[in-house]
Amino acid sequence: MDLLIQQIFSGLATGSIYASLALALVMIFNSTNHINFAQGEMALISTYFAWTLIALGFPYWAAFPLTIVASFAFGVLVERLLIRSFHNAPHLSLVVVFIGLLLAFNALAGWIWGFLLKEFPSPVRNLNTGTPLIAAHELFVLCVTLGLLAVLYIFFRFTTLGLAMRAAALNPTSARLVGIRVGWMLALGWGLAGALGAVAGMLVAPIVYLDPSMMIGILLYAFASAMLGGLNNPAGAVAGGLIFGVVENLVGTYLIGHELKLTFALIVVIAVLLIRPAGLFGKVIVKRV
Amino acid sequence: MQPLLQTRGLTAFYGSTQALFGVDITVQAGGITALLGANGAGKTTTLRAICGMIRIAGEISFDGNSIRGMPTESIVRLGIAHVPDGRGTFTDLTVEENLRLGGYLRPSHPELAADMERVFGYFPVLKQRLRQQAGTLSGGEQQMLAISRALMLRPRLMLLDEPSFGLAPLIVQEIFRIMRRINEEEKVSMLLVEQNAKLALDLADHAFLIETGKVVVAGKAADMINDEGVRRAYLGY
Ligand SMILES: Nc1ncnc2c1ncn2[C@@H]1O[C@H](COP(=O)(O)OP(=O)(O)O)[C@@H](O)[C@H]1O
Ligand SMILES: [Mg+2]
Repeated sequence: MDLLIQQIFSGLATGSIYASLALALVMIFNSTNHINFAQGEMALISTYFAWTLIALGFPYWAAFPLTIVASFAFGVLVERLLIRSFHNAPHLSLVVVFIGLLLAFNALAGWIWGFLLKEFPSPVRNLNTGTPLIAAHELFVLCVTLGLLAVLYIFFRFTTLGLAMRAAALNPTSARLVGIRVGWMLALGWGLAGALGAVAGMLVAPIVYLDPSMMIGILLYAFASAMLGGLNNPAGAVAGGLIFGVVENLVGTYLIGHELKLTFALIVVIAVLLIRPAGLFGKVIVKRV
Repeated sequence: MQPLLQTRGLTAFYGSTQALFGVDITVQAGGITALLGANGAGKTTTLRAICGMIRIAGEISFDGNSIRGMPTESIVRLGIAHVPDGRGTFTDLTVEENLRLGGYLRPSHPELAADMERVFGYFPVLKQRLRQQAGTLSGGEQQMLAISRALMLRPRLMLLDEPSFGLAPLIVQEIFRIMRRINEEEKVSMLLVEQNAKLALDLADHAFLIETGKVVVAGKAADMINDEGVRRAYLGY
């Protein structure tokens, strides 16, 4: 019983990391119908950036927000300087651009920081949480991601800028007609996605160690989570990530061992998509003419 | 008196097909100007051209200043509110969110709330629908929402693209009555596109009639209603 609870909790923690990155994918997909395959590698660069700050002697609690801000700026820059010029390009050429970015960022990380595993600190590694069931870092992961999701929810639901970003994604033509600068809303979306990815990277690095291949698997999981929950539905993507994390952990522990859990998880996704092509929570829009 | 809006030699293309062949229209401040013409004549294209939604050649001036080549978002900032073809409502968002977006350029809270109340004065039904998803409104309510959304901008000029489209005659009458009130009470000028010429000429004071991308008749609305020849040749009633 204790093991079960522990496994569920641990699944929720990793699941919330998938959820953060899945949300980053959904944010860009919702406004452009593109999947940013380079999202994971952008998060990788962010994580190395944080590692460097810490290696330079910055305390964790300074490096963490600094990295988030820098990653936001990085996301905005990538959109403004590069993606923007492919605005009217056919869908497939953008896929090529994204894959190119994935390889380029990955190579860049290896070139700058090398291929050796690096340890990445957790601010709570040495704290005693008082409950032996729950690893301190997992509790930290859950708190940070849930807090982050709450902030994003409030931002998109209640602020004018959040509303404008949603409007720009839903209907760019109408958004321009109320005065919204749609191009900048897209760039902001890229910035937020970059920031989310950075958090995911910094949270997962203490668990799996930091090296240039760290984010590839996480991106796959995030992508699968987003598909599972519905690529156009942010809440669905988050739910998809959490479900994915828990199922993966339980199956790995009780059924088939950890080597096959990714395979099993992907089979679950395919099965869900066969039955519900829009994903578990894919949005059904009510319309009347 | 200097006109509020003036186009000179407006031409526009969709790919390689030309849709406008030198459209000259003028909208006087304070009035309602109708832009009439059959389906496919280029009415919608003219409105799109004014709002910078398509590439054009020719000249467009608003309040004496050229707005040609400006992006849509900047043209809107001058006080031109476009209620487009198909209404342009954010159907996934609530009525309230649509109205808030209409006031996006002036996001101060007390002002927004006051403007919403002002809009409900014209369309009380929207107040009961505030939390409802806009896509679930009836056609008439959606048109009311589209006009309200434009009003939230506090525009100087409203461009209205076939507000009667697809609506029952009684609802159309009601909406047109309210449009006259808005014109008088808000001092907002209107450029009204209609296929239903009778309806538009009753409301408007000036009118332009276009045919295949060119103005063929222009004048006072009252004169056009009474001109047997124009009526028979172009207006079909
Ligand atoms: N998006 C478009 N792509 C190509 N041709 C278009 C498009 N919109 C309109 N047209 C063409 O331009 C001409 C004028 O259309 P439009 O301005 O919509 O006419 P109206 O609003 O008066 O019915 C028509 O011949 C129409 O077929
Ligand atoms: Mg039209």
